[in-house]
Amino acid sequence: MTATASWHHRLAERGVDRRLWLLLPATIFVLLLFVYPFLYGLSLSFQPLNGGGLLANYEKFFGDAYQRDTIVTTLKIALPAALLNVLAAVPIAFRMRGRFRGKRLLTTLLVVPITLGTVLTAQGLLNYLGPTGWFNRVLLSLHLIEDPVRLTNNYWGVFFSLVITGFPFAFLLVLSYLSGIDPTLERAAATLGASRAQRFRRITLPLLAPGLATTFLLTFVLAFSVFPSAVLVGNPAGSTRVISLAAYQAAYEQYDYAYASAIAMIMGAVELVVVVIVLLWRSRLYTGSTGGKG
Amino acid sequence: MRQFDRLRLEGVGRRFGAADALIGLDLSIERGEFIALLGPSGCGKSTALNCLAGLLPLTAGAIWQDDRRIDTLPPERRGFGMVFQNYALFPHLTVRDNIAFGLRMRRLPKDEVRRRTAAAIEMVRLDEHASKLPGQLSGGQQQRVAIARATVLEPSLVLMDEPLSNLDAKLRLEMRTEIRRLHQSLGLTTVYVTHDQEEALSMADRLVVMRAGRVQQIGTPEEVHTKPSTWHVADFMGYRNLLTLKADSVTGSQVTVPLAGTTLTGTAQGVVAAGDEVVAAVRPEDLKLGGEGLKGLVEVVEYQGREHAVEVVLDDGTRVHVRTEQRVDPGAQVALGVSPGRLLVYPS
Repeated sequence: MTATASWHHRLAERGVDRRLWLLLPATIFVLLLFVYPFLYGLSLSFQPLNGGGLLANYEKFFGDAYQRDTIVTTLKIALPAALLNVLAAVPIAFRMRGRFRGKRLLTTLLVVPITLGTVLTAQGLLNYLGPTGWFNRVLLSLHLIEDPVRLTNNYWGVFFSLVITGFPFAFLLVLSYLSGIDPTLERAAATLGASRAQRFRRITLPLLAPGLATTFLLTFVLAFSVFPSAVLVGNPAGSTRVISLAAYQAAYEQYDYAYASAIAMIMGAVELVVVVIVLLWRSRLYTGSTGGKG
Repeated sequence: MRQFDRLRLEGVGRRFGAADALIGLDLSIERGEFIALLGPSGCGKSTALNCLAGLLPLTAGAIWQDDRRIDTLPPERRGFGMVFQNYALFPHLTVRDNIAFGLRMRRLPKDEVRRRTAAAIEMVRLDEHASKLPGQLSGGQQQRVAIARATVLEPSLVLMDEPLSNLDAKLRLEMRTEIRRLHQSLGLTTVYVTHDQEEALSMADRLVVMRAGRVQQIGTPEEVHTKPSTWHVADFMGYRNLLTLKADSVTGSQVTVPLAGTTLTGTAQGVVAAGDEVVAAVRPEDLKLGGEGLKGLVEVVEYQGREHAVEVVLDDGTRVHVRTEQRVDPGAQVALGVSPGRLLVYPS
């Protein structure tokens, strides 16, 4: 009897007690919806439909320039879009610190695109930036341009779409990181003779940088898996033939699930490389307390 | 840093929306002085300090450094050092880099930065901790870094905003001496904000007692301690017994007031006429057990080391606080007398 009691006690000291059962739903959820599909896809990718070695699907992808280039195409869209989202969010979030009249309204306006969804955004972009959209009509009627500027159904259409949907995420994240930095730090720097620019560069930016890295990663991952807007406002046969499109075509046009799985795995690996690079950089930064309300 | 002979604040005021946080502050600070701004929270003392530092723009008045008007300058161009209540150390910089920050902002030569930083670290006795981040230090050590960071620039004025309020009682006493020592050895001019009257009395050359945005009294610690200008100041300076009474008779500066079946004589502070409603103020330590006149019942006794804080209910129901070295027990009947000259009578 005492033996079991002390056994329980020792387990409890290591955090093993009945409360662990609370983790069960989440564990099942992760296993069923993430771990199992991932492992299934991984093993499927090693079982080529048309025979060949274990790596035949991967050889097929990397051997075909048309397929291989989707990696570069996607990176070319996702990296600048994520970078722009983060960089644009910083000054705006910086001005949005503290309290002022209309802050709530302004925040709402900046965040609304999250609720729109890709398809609605694409529709709006076509109406606004398309060859016969308002934007071009205004420029044409002002005689600033001779022919409509092509801003949709190409690289820029997808880029704008990613900025519109990604910016609110970046903004909200940066704002919360920024308000986690104690404003007295900047005031202290000011009394020590630091100008506005020096205060930002020496105090705010170093404390914000780890948050910016996280924000960049999240918006990058969102942008890298771009699919609907690449079709709707992009040029899916050429400049915006992104990697998710290649996977889609393999799965639902050629019905080669194994090949599609291999492409999905490659997609994940490319994302992982970017994530690891950014995290390695982030780990060299100061990531402790920033003194604010966090 | 350019030293000044005198810093003058002329009618300095600050409004927040419709609320006045600071009204008409006139103060002249001589070089080398240690000035304490004292008052309860919300009295405007921190506002005054932030106005001096340049962190808050004034809404009225002006600040003159000798013949130069400085209230329009941003904080980084005033050259005042500031120690913040929460220290505001840069969490991503080591102790050494925190202290060197101001010197680097001034673009001083590298070896001068190194030399002065090392000297400042030595001065606050943090040599072993110079390469640590602030998060790895104790509260007292962080405090010392903050002081070193503010004073390494040899500022013409050091502003301190309740720097000891986050420390425990023992450390607070140590740091009090430390700050006073630094003030003297570096020949600093210091403005120190606190709500702790004991701290202010023990450290400052002059006190500025504030209430509701206005200055109540400016004087030496002794003046403020023995002759508070209003009963609000008296209240703040430890006159725990504030009794609202009616003046019986006034002869010169002597006022007679009735209390619990007897009369007491006190010194008028301000204009008091017979029949006026007045506030009679006396410290607990100036009420003596075993005197004659006031009679009452001991209700609460708190042991406070060498002394006891005793609450006595007088015959008419008035409660008074007494400090005594004598042992008394709750429920005992006692007689009380007032030390001569220690009862102050204020117009209410």
